[in-house]
Amino acid sequence: MSNTNTFGPAGLNLHRFANPGRFLRLSGAVLPWLAVSGVVITAIGLGWGLFLAPADWQQGDAVRIMYVHVPAAWLASLGYVMLACASLASLVWRHPLADLAAAEIGPVGAGITAICLATGSLWGKPMWGAWWVWDARMTSVLVLFFLYLGHIALVRAFDDQQRGYRAAAILALVGVVNLPIIKFSVEWWNTLHQPASITLSGAPSMAPALLWPLLVSAIGFNLGFAAVVVARLRAAVMERRIRALLLARARNDLQNA
Amino acid sequence: MLRRDLRLSLRHGSDTLAALLFFVLTASLFPLAIGPAPETLARLAPGIVWVCALLAALLPLDRLFGADFEDGTLDQLLLSGQPPAMVAAMKALGHWLTTGVPLLLAAGPVALMLGMQAEVVPALLAGLLLGTALLSLFGMTGASLVLGARRGGVLLPLLVLPLVAPVLIFGVAAADAVASGQSPRAHLLLLAALLAAALPLCPLAGGAGLRSAAE
Repeated sequence: MSNTNTFGPAGLNLHRFANPGRFLRLSGAVLPWLAVSGVVITAIGLGWGLFLAPADWQQGDAVRIMYVHVPAAWLASLGYVMLACASLASLVWRHPLADLAAAEIGPVGAGITAICLATGSLWGKPMWGAWWVWDARMTSVLVLFFLYLGHIALVRAFDDQQRGYRAAAILALVGVVNLPIIKFSVEWWNTLHQPASITLSGAPSMAPALLWPLLVSAIGFNLGFAAVVVARLRAAVMERRIRALLLARARNDLQNA
Repeated sequence: MLRRDLRLSLRHGSDTLAALLFFVLTASLFPLAIGPAPETLARLAPGIVWVCALLAALLPLDRLFGADFEDGTLDQLLLSGQPPAMVAAMKALGHWLTTGVPLLLAAGPVALMLGMQAEVVPALLAGLLLGTALLSLFGMTGASLVLGARRGGVLLPLLVLPLVAPVLIFGVAAADAVASGQSPRAHLLLLAALLAAALPLCPLAGGAGLRSAAE
């Protein structure tokens, strides 16, 4: 924080945390709802998918991995879109909340990408006979995972925190090129991974009995992801605020001494 | 500025030489490791040459901006009125001329030593020509981002290697296509398209990285 000397403690707080303050109040009200609805809807979706929905005529019970794998995969890409948006906001408007958001989305996104890869691997073993195949979809998701890891490492690699936010934001924007590659990899290349069954245009090529629990569990995953990110973001904002207060107190002590 | 960089790297040729030696040595480790059977080696040769060239090109990236950053030259360059993207582009060009081109010259003999058929070599070199330029651009971007980071040298490959994975895939595919009797045109065109996209975008990103490093 290079401007600690130009602003007094009070001015610093008002200047930097006016908006995060509103965020704290708002998110404090929304977070319990997000968390509870995320857990409940995920539980409904997974319970429905794992116990009630019929088994696939071809894949048998193994199809039930889908209820974890597909929402995780969607969320892995969506998380990166959010990361890129936060990075853009932090580069263009230099918004402190966007910096923190980018730094906090990274680990959660990496976690969900790891879940996607792990469940995909578990699904691949009975279906394709191999834990891992180097086809385009899996390779590009693996690259996404490494991009998340690089972002996490870069944000925390600098003594000057601002510098870390800038560098990581640029990296996140450069990495956006990978997203269309993931999306279209199953159409551009002949891959083992099946093409998308659900599209915005056109009817899904999937039985409704399988589709509904999938959608419910996807909504639940999204709410859960949002809840975790918001909770992390609140913690980060509070951490900053505590540090600013401690700095102000130390400065006051120095002046009084 | 480009001339200054080139003169510097000519006077201190060790960086270029180190990258070259690394390339040749790692490539010659493969026949020792997987056995000298000609048909296996010829099958693996494009991949070996590409991976070794990629890793060798990473070596001097660590110092690409390092010396200029430490002695303040970078601040001077950015203050001199040059757009940061221009500085970044010149640095990438300098890296390509001092690392990419020597690697390109060494790649032909190394490929032949690995038992690659002579008619595959032009496709491999064409792919490497485009690929090393892409590597310099992406590498320069990565180097500008980790400037001043703790453990920047370790971080750099983590950032750059995922980004250049498509380059590696298409580059090897071009050489493999010729080896199996097909035209490498499609893969080379894809590489050229990647280069056309990276040529304006990477200097912009690298320039932004340099500016935030100098702040």
